[in-house]
Amino acid sequence: MDNGQQAGNGVSKTACSVTPVPDGAVADICERFGNDKHRMLDILREVQDRFQCIAPATMDQIAEETGLTRIEVEGVASFYSFLSLQPKGRITIRLCDDIVDRYAGLEAVTAAFEDALGIKIGETSADGAVSLEYTPCIGMCDQAPAAMVNDIVLTNLTAQSAREVAEAIIAGKRPEDLVSDRFATLSPHDRAVRMVDNNIRHAGAVLLGPVPEDAGLSKAVSITSSQIISMIEESGLRGCGGAGFTTGRKWRFAAAERTERSFVICNADEGEPGTFKDRVLLTERPHLLIEGMTIAARAVGAKEGILYLRGEYVYLRELLEQVLEERRRRGLLGKAILGTKRFDFDIRIQMGAGAYICGEEGALISSCEGLPGEPKTRPPFPVNRGYLGYPTVVNNVETFCHAARILDQGAKWFHDIGTEGSHGTKLFSVCGDCLNPGIYELPYGHSVWELLEMVGGQDAAAVQVGGPSGAMIARDSFHRKLTFDDLATGGAIIVFNGQRNILEIVDYYMSFFVHESCGYCTPCRVGNVFLQKAIEKFRKGLANPEDIDYLKDLSGTIIETSRCGLGMTSPNPVLSTLANFPLVYSAMTQPSKDGIRATFDIQSAIDGARKIAKRRSYIFDRDFTQ
Amino acid sequence: MSGTKKETGFSFTIDGIEVTAYAGQTIMEAADDAGIYIPRLCDHEGLRHQGSCRVCTVKAGGRSVSACTQPAAPGQAVENETPHLNKMRRDLVEMLFHEGNHLCPICEASGNCELQAMAYRLDMTEATKFPYLEPCRALDASHPDIALDTNRCISCGRCIRASQDVDGKGVFGYVGRGIHRRVAVNGENLADTDAAVTDNAISAEVCPVGCIIRKRVGFVTPIGEREFDKGLIGHDIEEKRK
Repeated sequence: MDNGQQAGNGVSKTACSVTPVPDGAVADICERFGNDKHRMLDILREVQDRFQCIAPATMDQIAEETGLTRIEVEGVASFYSFLSLQPKGRITIRLCDDIVDRYAGLEAVTAAFEDALGIKIGETSADGAVSLEYTPCIGMCDQAPAAMVNDIVLTNLTAQSAREVAEAIIAGKRPEDLVSDRFATLSPHDRAVRMVDNNIRHAGAVLLGPVPEDAGLSKAVSITSSQIISMIEESGLRGCGGAGFTTGRKWRFAAAERTERSFVICNADEGEPGTFKDRVLLTERPHLLIEGMTIAARAVGAKEGILYLRGEYVYLRELLEQVLEERRRRGLLGKAILGTKRFDFDIRIQMGAGAYICGEEGALISSCEGLPGEPKTRPPFPVNRGYLGYPTVVNNVETFCHAARILDQGAKWFHDIGTEGSHGTKLFSVCGDCLNPGIYELPYGHSVWELLEMVGGQDAAAVQVGGPSGAMIARDSFHRKLTFDDLATGGAIIVFNGQRNILEIVDYYMSFFVHESCGYCTPCRVGNVFLQKAIEKFRKGLANPEDIDYLKDLSGTIIETSRCGLGMTSPNPVLSTLANFPLVYSAMTQPSKDGIRATFDIQSAIDGARKIAKRRSYIFDRDFTQ
Repeated sequence: MSGTKKETGFSFTIDGIEVTAYAGQTIMEAADDAGIYIPRLCDHEGLRHQGSCRVCTVKAGGRSVSACTQPAAPGQAVENETPHLNKMRRDLVEMLFHEGNHLCPICEASGNCELQAMAYRLDMTEATKFPYLEPCRALDASHPDIALDTNRCISCGRCIRASQDVDGKGVFGYVGRGIHRRVAVNGENLADTDAAVTDNAISAEVCPVGCIIRKRVGFVTPIGEREFDKGLIGHDIEEKRK
């Protein structure tokens, strides 16, 4: 693997050969965000959208307008995948390169695009019209292969449809026209569901069943803040993003802080490969989500809220803006909500720009502050000192939706659903080798086997529970229960049948973590690269039996010394497959022969010297006559 | 710190040794005061704590934390000098060696290098097991008085913090992410910045390795008479206990 560390002062050195940015355009963009350095991500996103590049000269100008140094601007610009220091095409086609997409025919789709566009993956056409690239999971695993064409999402691609898309783009069709000729006349919701199916296969009682409008918020204004928090505590609600922290406790910590400002942030950055439940809630239950955030704001006394939407879900932005606007109009956001004195709260949307790490609470806050998405040092915890140093509650989309329903239906109602320690329902996003991929809202406590029967995945050989940072289990573990205490999951269930290569999946997941590590700390930045290299060795059949110990040992160091959740879980694909599929590894190892490691290839080792010396080796060259 | 009022202090233990700390102190700060050395690379006296190299990982109350950022807590039992932790630390130091291009025999910093000294301290005496990443990084010799050999950079960011917080300049910063994350300068190259050889960020103490090089002073002190040729890294702190 090319570890890709670039020379010199970085990619910015390459002068942008893009059309020069007109005078004043950058200043106007900065001005629209109040020349506020904390809005750097918005500024850079806009520059990228308008000029397809963040050129060195532009960075200098942005730095000047916002009072930062050029290197600080470059630090942000070079961190996020959707920002580019080199010119991109006016249309960027991002093919979702998830393992599920690969198994669903990504290769043929890629070939069709490359052929029709006349460029390879990673390239931009000579006329600057189109760029083609891969991007990690965009949250469409139930309708793979999928792609983003600028802000437009295309799903269920085939080689045929990919070719048609490419030809339409070459012919000058705008990305939105690929969805509908009447795109401009469609409502934001219609636009979203035309691009992306919801695939709701099973609606439960809490989130996807009938939901009365704002009943929870009405209840919240009739009781005290502390009563709201007590209700959430009594319901047993735990965070649905993966970590499972008790929501009521989080709110209570934040409420206890004496401060003039505090914040409620919704984490809508689900980036775990195979997870797409929040996408469905954002599409079908946006009011419930905002209601939940508003209730949280009342509980902790926050006046300001941020909805952090992952860059891949930009197609939902309009829909959410519309919902916010409607709620402001109806007095459900803004000053004196529902006529309640001193209950003021409003929300802005913060778009992400392609960084999985921003799903981590601290990194998400950094990103909202206009910084590279790097996790923060803990303590202090966000509930004490979060966004801009103020107490901040960060919860997942699903958690806020649950909170709103708990206020409406009562703590006991919610507490009675599910199992001890895992109360309520959970949205499972199921994809991979099953008949009915999609969303299932189920009470906690079902076994994997029961879920597989529901989704038509009975011939599964392996199930990835909780995405790559969770666990890969084998058939002998399918009796295990989907609860916090047994198999915890943020929602992702990826089904693999017996035809799939476990080591290929592990290799893919490790390359995902290598790509998505923020690079702040040594073990995660470097250790994950080593882990992936070791897995490659296994795949090539070059591993020794002792390499299994190496995998375990290295994983242990990464988990124990990493600074945030990414590094603390990134070795899980390796460790859980070592534990549950040991034969897969042992079948790929071979003991050393004659004291020479199987991994040692004398031919390639001497190749460099051979070229320099312009001589061949009498001893090691197999055929000296060549 | 010995003059500080006793009543504001509290005590905790490091490897069973009772240590006094004051509210707001990190485990490492308290340990330094007490003459107990906790290995570190990205942390440097006088600079903000960063907690990125993770070499200072200790166990506090059973959890692994970075000693340079973790606040000391009353009654806490901290493990520092254990075979397990030193093994983790050695792994991290090895990772840093393998991530960059560290050729000690030809490096100007040899003998003054904290990375090299840490390797000795942590008994990195056998062949390492990690693959070499052999990155291709450039040398920036554009500045009249300073050269940067980023092959030797370990991304500790001490120069970044020193330039921002001590010099008030911001000559350095991080760019990129993941394995591509690295220290870069505020302009096309170093000559393009307002860096001066008199900056704190450029001083020999700030860069722990041989990345930031002051021109025309190379090998002024011969190898063999350099700081870590005389004693293990951390001996200055440990001598406080004697």
